[in-house]
Amino acid sequence: MSLATMFKRNSLLDERSTWITSIVLIVGMLAVVVLHALPPEHAWHLNGSVVTLLGKYLTYMLLALAVDLIWGYLGILSLGHGAFFALGGYAMGLYLTAQQAPLAPWQTVMAHFPVAALAMVLAPGLLALVFGWLAFRSRVTGVYFSIITQALTFALMLAFNRNEMDMGGSTGLTRFDELLGFSLASESMSVALFVASGVAVLLAFWGCKAVTRSRLGRVCMATRDAEARVRFIGYRVEHVKLAVFVLSAMIAGIAGALYVPQVGIINPSTFAPLFSIEVVVWVALGGRATLYGALLGALVVNYLKTLLTGVMPDAWLFLLGGLFVVVTMFLPQGVAGVLARLRRRREVAA
Amino acid sequence: MSMTNVERLREFARPDRVFDFMAPADSPVDVRHGPILYLEDVSVSFDGFKAIDDLNLTIDDGELRCIIGPNGAGKTTMMDIITGKTRPDRGQAWFGSRHNLLQMDEPQIANLGIGRKFQKPTVFEALSVSANLELAMVGDRRVWKTLLARLDHEGRERIDEIMETIGLSAERDRLAGVLSHGQKQWLEIGMLLMQRPRLLLVDEPVAGMTEPEMHRTAELMTRLAGQQSVVVVEHDMGFVRSIARTVTVLDQGSVLAEGSMDEVANDPRVIEVYLGGDEASDVREET
Ligand SMILES: Nc1ncnc2c1ncn2[C@@H]1O[C@H](COP(=O)(O)OP(=O)(O)OP(=O)(O)O)[C@@H](O)[C@H]1O
Ligand SMILES: [Mg+2]
Repeated sequence: MSLATMFKRNSLLDERSTWITSIVLIVGMLAVVVLHALPPEHAWHLNGSVVTLLGKYLTYMLLALAVDLIWGYLGILSLGHGAFFALGGYAMGLYLTAQQAPLAPWQTVMAHFPVAALAMVLAPGLLALVFGWLAFRSRVTGVYFSIITQALTFALMLAFNRNEMDMGGSTGLTRFDELLGFSLASESMSVALFVASGVAVLLAFWGCKAVTRSRLGRVCMATRDAEARVRFIGYRVEHVKLAVFVLSAMIAGIAGALYVPQVGIINPSTFAPLFSIEVVVWVALGGRATLYGALLGALVVNYLKTLLTGVMPDAWLFLLGGLFVVVTMFLPQGVAGVLARLRRRREVAA
Repeated sequence: MSMTNVERLREFARPDRVFDFMAPADSPVDVRHGPILYLEDVSVSFDGFKAIDDLNLTIDDGELRCIIGPNGAGKTTMMDIITGKTRPDRGQAWFGSRHNLLQMDEPQIANLGIGRKFQKPTVFEALSVSANLELAMVGDRRVWKTLLARLDHEGRERIDEIMETIGLSAERDRLAGVLSHGQKQWLEIGMLLMQRPRLLLVDEPVAGMTEPEMHRTAELMTRLAGQQSVVVVEHDMGFVRSIARTVTVLDQGSVLAEGSMDEVANDPRVIEVYLGGDEASDVREET
């Protein structure tokens, strides 16, 4: 097989992976909804807490998608995406607490859902805009960028721990009652939030696919591989980076906003540097620069985490670290890379 | 000073100097009063080492200039200065008579019409040959426009045409990363052509090329000159001789000699510089 036909197959594969991912997501979502609707005594019935757990996975998948967009396609390793996720989460948390008892007078404005919804994307978006503008303009790249993103999320964690912020201090925001007038405790709310998360993942996946397949997406990949060359053909690399970084932060913010009502709490631990690193491990495991790899990685790792933390909670970090080492050493393209290779082998054989 | 008043008035009132819109179309570069590229007393040092030392260089519109010089003479550094990658410590750099290159950054300079080929061929390896050319194609480089950009019929034809010129038509869908070294050189030249620059800076274009490929490159460079200005840095003396009109010899960051190939090759200072070096025999062999 010539390399030219291989390339064509690769782009076909890319098309096909979009289809397969979309179908799997839709069918999976429908299946969960249907299984939940079965009578409780049925053996296959999914109860509300499982639906909520799956909904939480979906928000993690959305966050992983955001990280893959900038890391996989633009080569920017952000170790602070948890901060954008947390900001979106706090915006949702403020909305939910403002329904009954806002912690500070200014927070009453957050009781209006449209205002809160704007804050969910604008807060992370603005932070990314300012931070990215400073970093990309002074051409901070590589490991230096990664380190300052860690510093960013760490600084925010310290800030949100302070009671003066009126964000609930180290306890964070919790004890939520209602979302858009419906009780959060109801089973149908679990399903609604699950479906909303699934739809968000699907839309973000298509959106990211569209961006990465556009000419801008090719400029991103070119920047990842040969940044100076891109400048010399006239693209303003810092603007490209900034735009995609802000988009990615907004997606992360939406993920955080969907996460909070499902877990019922948001506190400064979401800003913890370690959480942001975990997200990167999900993407590395699933495979970079494929988008579906990030979705897969987030789902698999978090499922494993749920299984393992129930049995032996102390072992989880070691397993995660071990997985990361194994993947970087033996599977640099992650699970998605293995899948692509298997497919190619089958096609060659056929 | 001997101009009469009438002459002075006529000179002052020449329409093409009074009205900007009478300047040559489709380029913001003003070359009516002289050269397209003008470097004066440019110096730059890295940690105390003077890589460029009082360099003066003038390239005329439409000229094909070859620049030779031993390793470390500062040829690549000179291109870095022109394209905005390196800021000189002192000196002037002008593109036409209107654009001060020292006040602009890389994308601005590129969009003004200075294209550059790197010494080490640099193409976008994860993209196909045609995608490489598409990215280099002149157009609106703003983020939003790039996101919505679609390759139109004209653009597709231009890509086909350039692919024909650089002999890569059969490779259009191959990833640039799998091309041979010579093909990558050609692809990078093709990307330069897609940019339609006014001034091409070409750093060692024939390194790694076979003899026939080299001939084709020489032919292309000569063809380009006239419409565009071309500055070629090259170590291969056979190649330089085959295209050179004016040759500039750089040594230790400044111009050592300038003139036709024969003039510089017989210049005792040039021979001195090349003596002992690998290129020494090359220069004289050709004379
Ligand atoms: N960024 C830099 N930092 C430090 N020294 C540099 C830098 N860039 C160039 N130099 C030094 O400046 C001198 C000129 O380098 P330059 O690359 O311009 O030479 P050249 O004429 O292109 O040589 P060659 O024929 O080998 O390509 C060299 O001694 C090089 O080591
Ligand atoms: Mg050089």
